[in-house]
Amino acid sequence: MTATVTPPSTSASPARTSTAGTRRSGSKGRPSTIIVTAVLVVVALYFLIPVYWVVVAATKSTEDLFSTNGFWFAPTVALWDNLAQVLSYDNGIFIRWFLNSVLYAGIGALLATYFAAAGGYALAKYEFRGRNLVFGTILGGVLVPGTATALPLFLLFSQLGLANTYWSVLLPSLVSPFGLFLCRIYSQATVDTSLIEAARLDGAGELKIFHTIGLRVLTPALVTVFLFQLVGIWNNYFLPLVMLSDSGLYPITLGLNNWLSQVDRLPEFYELTTGGVLLSIIPLSIAMVVLQRFWRGGLTEGSVK
Amino acid sequence: MTATSPTARTGQVSSAQSSARTGQVSSAQSSARPGKRGDRTGAASRAPWLLLAPFLALFILTFVLPIFVAVLSSFTKVTRSGLFGEAGVKSEFAGFSNYAQALADGSFVASIGRMLLFGVVQVPLMIALCTVLALMLESASAKWPGFFRAAYFLPYGVPGVIATILWSFLYVPGLSPLFDVAALVGLTPDFLGANTVLWSIANIVTWSYTGYNMLIIVAQLKAIPGELYEAAKVDGASTWRVALSIQLPLIRPALVLTTVFSIIGTLQLFAEAQVLKTVAPAIDSQYTPNLSAYTTAFAYNDYNVAAAQAVLIAVAAFVLSFAFLKFTNRKSS
Repeated sequence: MTATVTPPSTSASPARTSTAGTRRSGSKGRPSTIIVTAVLVVVALYFLIPVYWVVVAATKSTEDLFSTNGFWFAPTVALWDNLAQVLSYDNGIFIRWFLNSVLYAGIGALLATYFAAAGGYALAKYEFRGRNLVFGTILGGVLVPGTATALPLFLLFSQLGLANTYWSVLLPSLVSPFGLFLCRIYSQATVDTSLIEAARLDGAGELKIFHTIGLRVLTPALVTVFLFQLVGIWNNYFLPLVMLSDSGLYPITLGLNNWLSQVDRLPEFYELTTGGVLLSIIPLSIAMVVLQRFWRGGLTEGSVK
Repeated sequence: MTATSPTARTGQVSSAQSSARTGQVSSAQSSARPGKRGDRTGAASRAPWLLLAPFLALFILTFVLPIFVAVLSSFTKVTRSGLFGEAGVKSEFAGFSNYAQALADGSFVASIGRMLLFGVVQVPLMIALCTVLALMLESASAKWPGFFRAAYFLPYGVPGVIATILWSFLYVPGLSPLFDVAALVGLTPDFLGANTVLWSIANIVTWSYTGYNMLIIVAQLKAIPGELYEAAKVDGASTWRVALSIQLPLIRPALVLTTVFSIIGTLQLFAEAQVLKTVAPAIDSQYTPNLSAYTTAFAYNDYNVAAAQAVLIAVAAFVLSFAFLKFTNRKSS
């Protein structure tokens, strides 16, 4: 992710052309191509087989799940029955969990990106007393793992009456120290001070300058910050686990674990869980594959210009 | 996961900083300019705080205050009088007694030891794997690098809990086709046994994060100036030679930081162990340090000892990553 923050620098553009160059010139060595590709395929199998398994498993009824080969489909395909059951179980609680996840991750990542951009821009483009102290403190926050703050945060939120509410998961998701860090670097490198000065002379207010010039120039960095925060919140488990006791507020991670924990007593939860897992990894997997380009785009854009 | 930032910091900061020095809008400057003064200067000095306000307010609420609360309550002892605490609750300064209690708990200390063992094996393996993959994908010999990169990165989009549920199905005899495959070659694996379950967790973590770390390294590889490759080609250097003498030294910052974040992540391990606990009896409620702190807080309702444990985990993570950074710095100089 390095280059995400790579400000447009002169050294980067030859780098790109040359990688392309080495690729072309080197592809003559055929034996090495076969070996390397074979290794890459084997590794790809390792990463993809669990996903393939869950696709297969989700098409089977509970009996078939245990009696047929796990790597191949059963004669009767029960996929639609399974999925219908996942979506309708307990009055569609799965859909609710899904929407909760979308809410936490979508709103959380959007606002977190905006706040990080404003803060990073302020720290980069203004000189004011206490600036270094503020930045140093926030930088320390990058190193504090989320799980370390979750427990005390729960104690704090219980006192404030916020525990077991949407806010208890949403509020901590709005802060991304790393995002601010990234936005600061990117602002320093790309937001042109003379442009700001010109806008000032035109009589634009400071906030307006940020919203019109700052945010526009920062867009590539904002995409990266947004994606990281989105995945981070979507994958978060410890925080909602600590905060939430009402299953109606659960994100999908917590909900599916709830189903899994009932498998021992009620085997039909196997179908529910495999179906639920399948449905829950589809959107993010598609997002990963598609966004992987942006992710890199975000990176290289800074350097290629 | 914050694990993202690492490389950025080492690599690019310096250039950014230098440009900042020249490019700053200091409020001193703007006030020196002739024109309509008063409110303008005021606005310019208020503006950064206005912009920072939402972030700072939330940062204080969700980072500064909780850390403060954690440290404070780790030094506090709460005593309840009366049979059910109905006669009042008394908090008093407890010194290090909560820490002493946490460290006297054999299972908690054992869980830290277990994570050290885990880290010593899993982190180097994963870093080696993702480095090799990154080098292969960036080498001239790789076919369809885009496809492979996407395939390796895909598990990062699967939440740790879901990944664990997924793998747990593959670890359970009767359900998993892996046992059929193993039987073909005459093996009867036990993925959930007392001695093996730790490595089953290691497999899940490796599966989840290898692609992500690989992308960080790929990004740094792409930043290597092309002239270096040209020069190596002129000198007739082999692919191995280029990898060892040019690529590896230049991606060092990325390697150091992915390692540091993996160390921190290892000590924070929670979801994998907690979810796998439902199918693996070998995992107890204090299997990892974080699981231990969670159990102390929510099963025993002893928040003060749990706070002490949380502080200990954070300090351990900090000391370890600091030691690693020191070690790599000394080696390089």
